[in-house]
Amino acid sequence: MSAIYILWLRELKRYSRSRAQIIASLGQPLLYLLVLGFGLGPVFQQSGHGSYLQFVAPGVVGMSILFTSIFSGIGLLWDRQFGFLKETLVAPVPRTTVMIGRTLGGATVATIQGTLIFTVCLIAGFRPVHWASVPLAFLFMLLTAIVFGGLGTAIGSLLQDMQGFQLIMNFMVMPIFFLSGALFPLTNLPKILSAVTKIDPLSYGVDGLRGALIGISHYGLMTNLSVLSLVAILFVALGGYCFSKIQL
Amino acid sequence: MIRVQSLTKTYGEFTAVNDISFAVERGEIFAFLGPNGAGKTTTIKMLTTLLKPTRGAVEIDGLDPVTHPHQARRCFGIVFQDPSLDAELTAYENMELHGVLYHVPRKVRTERIEALLKLFELWERRDKYVKEFSGGMKRRLEIARGLLHTPKILFLDEPTLGLDPQSRNQLWTHVRHLNETESVTVFLTTHYMDEAERVAHRIAIIDHGRIVAQGTPTELKEQTKSESLEAAFLALTGSSIREEKSGSVDQMRQIVKMWRR
Repeated sequence: MSAIYILWLRELKRYSRSRAQIIASLGQPLLYLLVLGFGLGPVFQQSGHGSYLQFVAPGVVGMSILFTSIFSGIGLLWDRQFGFLKETLVAPVPRTTVMIGRTLGGATVATIQGTLIFTVCLIAGFRPVHWASVPLAFLFMLLTAIVFGGLGTAIGSLLQDMQGFQLIMNFMVMPIFFLSGALFPLTNLPKILSAVTKIDPLSYGVDGLRGALIGISHYGLMTNLSVLSLVAILFVALGGYCFSKIQL
Repeated sequence: MIRVQSLTKTYGEFTAVNDISFAVERGEIFAFLGPNGAGKTTTIKMLTTLLKPTRGAVEIDGLDPVTHPHQARRCFGIVFQDPSLDAELTAYENMELHGVLYHVPRKVRTERIEALLKLFELWERRDKYVKEFSGGMKRRLEIARGLLHTPKILFLDEPTLGLDPQSRNQLWTHVRHLNETESVTVFLTTHYMDEAERVAHRIAIIDHGRIVAQGTPTELKEQTKSESLEAAFLALTGSSIREEKSGSVDQMRQIVKMWRR
């Protein structure tokens, strides 16, 4: 337990000490929120879907969670490069414990980052429909963070160096984001797109957030919760397995 | 304590470690010497569960690191050849993290961290980030950390690389003290023959992945009819300089160095 705690704490310390990085990571979500939010607003309004800012804000929160958690998992690569990974790999602690500590730390950081974006959304004019269901939104943030923290660790364990990073970024992280319905409603989509969004775990995270924050949900609360929990278990197990197989 | 039987590691065509066998008894200080790229670090990686052998058997305190990695990790401590600190944490935090991972009880941990940081003259800087440390200070911290818990076997992979004579002296005094009072078995590699001669009970010389000689420093000198261990080493391994392949990690380090500018 203490090993999980100290590794969790390490992730938090590293996060809180990289102020420049925190500010930098706000940039992209802000663009999506403000430029798309206000730029596509009139068109969205005319088609009868209400305010696009209201619609896209949960998507942008989901996006920042996706990026933060998956990168904290892939952060394993940096530890491999700077050598700290060895220190944790030879420690008399089961490797799954090490992996869980790291992943929970990364998930906590991602949730904090999500909260930060959520606050920015509030400043930009976003208003949750029911304040009472905001805690539910945090549950979805955390679950989404664990899902992609696990996936990131799996990827980080398999990559040997930064060469594969762009590949993962362009063929995995960006598609997960764009195909999640973070930017568009999931109703009336072409068949193929609809099928693809159904296998994207982030769809359920963003949909859950939307359900909790603006009361509009495509899949329904229970589906979102159960799919996310299941995928979280699956990906953490996968990450744990890949992590325990690392050789240096 | 350590038993190695026809251990082999191949990467594709390249054989890094080729059918080596040796044994280290409890309470012994065993030095593993060899030119760059001879297979020293690869051997240590296989002994410390970081790498799976291609062939051969290894026993660490009676345990096979391949089948029982977790139990095997409980019996050893290691100081790595290349850096393994978290640069974004302070010196104290690095020590603390190590102590928790190695189950050192809180009270002992606090005392020993203070004693070791003072011994290696880092106590004044305990709250500074490791990224602000010089190379020598990082190295000292690395060694202090490796000595925080008392393992049954201590692996030291070129621990004195980049250390000043003072710290080097502290290190070997401390290691010998551990060996004598707590009969810690020590497995070390080094490029400094005088160090090996001074501290090691027994020495194995490895070259091109094979062990070319084994014995006490005196035996090795007699075997090659040399005056010093250095001469014996050169007689056994030749005087040509070895080429080393740079791995992906080295390449990444280069890239990072470029970005940092």
